[in-house]
Amino acid sequence: MVDVPFDTVAGVPPAEVGEVELYHPRSWWTRYVFSQDAKVIAIQYSITAMSIGMVALVLSWLMRLQLGFPGTFSFIDPNQYLQFITMHGMIMVIYLLTALFLGGFGNYLIPLMVGARDMVFPYVNMLSYWVYLLAVVVLASTFFVPGGPTGAGWTLYPPQAILSGTPGQDWGIVLMLASLILFIIGFTMGGLNYVVTVLQARTRGMTLMRLPLTVWGIFTATVMALLAFPALFVASVMLLLDRLLGTSFFMPTLVEMGTLTKYGGGSPILFQHLFWFFGHPEVYIVALPAFGIISDLISVHARKNIFGYRMMVWAIVAIGALSFVVWAHHMYVSGMHPYFGFFFATTTLIIAIPTAIKVYNWVLTLWRGDIHLTIPMLFALAFIVTFVNGGLTGLFLGNVVVDVPLSDTMFVVAHFHMVMGIAPIMAVFGGIYHWYPKVTGRMLNEALGRFHFWVSFLGAYAIFFPMHYLGLLGMPRRYHDIGETAFVPASAHDLNAFMSVAALIVGFAQLVFLFNLIWSLFKGKEAGGNPWGAASLEWQTPETPPGHGNWGKELPIVHRWAYDYSVPGAAMDFVPQNEPPAGLSAQGPHA
Amino acid sequence: MAVAIILLLVAIASVLFHIFSPWWWTPLASNWRYIDDTITLTFWITGAVFFAVVAFMAYCVFRFRHTEGRRAAYNPENKKLEWWLSVGTAIGVAAMLAPGLVVWHQFVTVPANATEVEVMGQQWQWSYRLPGKDGRLGTSDARYVSAENPMGLNPDDPAGQDDVVIQNDDLHLPLGKPVKVLLRSIDVLHDFYVPEFRAKMDMIPGSVTYYWFTPTRTGTFEVLCAELCGAAHAQMRSKVVVEEEKDYHAWLDKQRTFAELSGQRDVAKAAYTRESE
Repeated sequence: MVDVPFDTVAGVPPAEVGEVELYHPRSWWTRYVFSQDAKVIAIQYSITAMSIGMVALVLSWLMRLQLGFPGTFSFIDPNQYLQFITMHGMIMVIYLLTALFLGGFGNYLIPLMVGARDMVFPYVNMLSYWVYLLAVVVLASTFFVPGGPTGAGWTLYPPQAILSGTPGQDWGIVLMLASLILFIIGFTMGGLNYVVTVLQARTRGMTLMRLPLTVWGIFTATVMALLAFPALFVASVMLLLDRLLGTSFFMPTLVEMGTLTKYGGGSPILFQHLFWFFGHPEVYIVALPAFGIISDLISVHARKNIFGYRMMVWAIVAIGALSFVVWAHHMYVSGMHPYFGFFFATTTLIIAIPTAIKVYNWVLTLWRGDIHLTIPMLFALAFIVTFVNGGLTGLFLGNVVVDVPLSDTMFVVAHFHMVMGIAPIMAVFGGIYHWYPKVTGRMLNEALGRFHFWVSFLGAYAIFFPMHYLGLLGMPRRYHDIGETAFVPASAHDLNAFMSVAALIVGFAQLVFLFNLIWSLFKGKEAGGNPWGAASLEWQTPETPPGHGNWGKELPIVHRWAYDYSVPGAAMDFVPQNEPPAGLSAQGPHA
Repeated sequence: MAVAIILLLVAIASVLFHIFSPWWWTPLASNWRYIDDTITLTFWITGAVFFAVVAFMAYCVFRFRHTEGRRAAYNPENKKLEWWLSVGTAIGVAAMLAPGLVVWHQFVTVPANATEVEVMGQQWQWSYRLPGKDGRLGTSDARYVSAENPMGLNPDDPAGQDDVVIQNDDLHLPLGKPVKVLLRSIDVLHDFYVPEFRAKMDMIPGSVTYYWFTPTRTGTFEVLCAELCGAAHAQMRSKVVVEEEKDYHAWLDKQRTFAELSGQRDVAKAAYTRESE
């Protein structure tokens, strides 16, 4: 049995917070725009992230049109194709997923789940959003500057990122780097908030080992981001200096379009090390919140405690720590010293073990559960399928010698879309369908939701599963047109066309989802405070949606972990975290 | 019910797709059969895990879906089961990693009898250089690059004078002889990639990288650039011709050395300019 004993805090008088007049917002502007309420900031983050995400979606359509039907669309030239892939990748990884998981879900859920009134530094939290918004505006502005956005690939590898053979060399790359620098500044303000709030603002009785796994996931991801983003920050600043002031951090002696440049003595590999020292943890910065959210969705909708909670927590922490010593598996064929391959292949494959534990514990949570096939549960199941698929192909690419033929091919594209594109987005959707009732007080439309789910899941799988085989065939990535190539059979072009059609359909389903978000806001079924019968604290607020300060007069007191579902002897199939032990019969598991 | 069936179908369809997919790796033309074997092994292990997990999920959804009056079991932990699963996973991981590292050791250990061949990438073309009679390649530097010396070879290095320089043409390699490919770039990152050889490595301006392989099949193979190098990345193509020793030498005899080319260039410069006008 799990070691989460009840404690005796019930005798302590509840902490009262007097109503301070200055504490609450006084005008429409401070309530909805320059708000310091984490919940409003969360919604601002989410709307901004999804808006720029729509741009990335449209870019993916354009790319797929080009790949599926090369030569058909005269308005897409090779330069634009490179700009599309670059902006699509950058937006999805950083401006959408990172911002949505940490700024969106993190802001909304952390204070509610740990029983706090707000983030500990509300003003800094507000600034965090506005700096993020500025970063997004700067990023989006690159579409309108002379030369357009950078086409250097989302990895921005120098020397080509800042040389004239690459589109967007004029303005695009400079604004991209400026935008990244802004994003990191904004994120740091938010990230410090999340960490301090989790460590310092938990309500009484909320021990670390009683936190819902969503908080563990977001917390660990934030700590990682605070350690990893500085590497990207310095890399961006150095690359900006190379581009604008002619320094040579990353630039060796080289020839640009036949002319010798003034650069000399720098190391392109150094940039790759800095980039991936950020870039690999970034994968888990996106994955860990998804892990946490999925754990909670499965537990709530299978009416069963998450299996092996402590192992789940330690797995999250272990993955977070290990992810800082695997970065160079992105660089097996970069020309770094080949002996690094032994070390990084070993650490990379070791990380599979805690990750596999998480997967086992999810499916073992389903075992002997009472599985309600709600939309959040469906998305959780889809997450497991796509994550397992993408995780397992990671064992190909992590195993250094297997990576050699596969790296820089469509296999890699298929792998990372499955594991850090589709899977985390399934978690995002599951999370939105799950928490939307708390945020708005209304349920999302069920029929539209099911349509959205099936098209997104099966459609995305149909795009990315076959794509692996094009990579196995040897088709390189970042080619706007493979053209006449002896080893590529005609059928591969047909497969490309099929994937493109699937991508258009999946994209369309996302518009249905957006419609549902807006329609249900006004017409959705009234949800009540706790429509899923969930045990964690955010569902126990006095008001739905929760008011400013979350808890009214008294902060909740926590008596148990977040997973008391179907407890033998309990009247209902869930026991809220703030329910005192007296509510349970003597046969309870902890008695 | 429908959900369980669809999950199971996803697992089955994935396996069937794998078995019947017409898109598979190109026929091997080098000694790196071990790489293909490691991929095959990895497919077996990961495929089994994928099928098992998804099928188990499908079963759970089928067997434990909500019906009136069902109540989930209360089962927070099972230390023994969790440890067994971890150990089992560790064994599976080791079964892939160990052969992988052994093959990687071969990949990074260049045989002593390998002949050196230099490949130089630049936006957006390939050039090649073979050592001359002295068996050594001369030094090079991006600073020497000029219209007369596009590969940037050191004009004062005696070792480089007899180097065979191949530009705007295919590279030929003799069958069955191990080759150490020295990789170099004068502008941005490139990657010398021939799918049939399985090997690949980035080329970095300012450094020389390498890999080795032994061609095991005659034929003409397409060279692609596998590291994004700017606007015409996808058009950066060339060919490698693997042929019998005799044919190879016949081809080699027709090639020009660096010294010949520079001498010729000095003489022919004026004529060349006139011709092109």
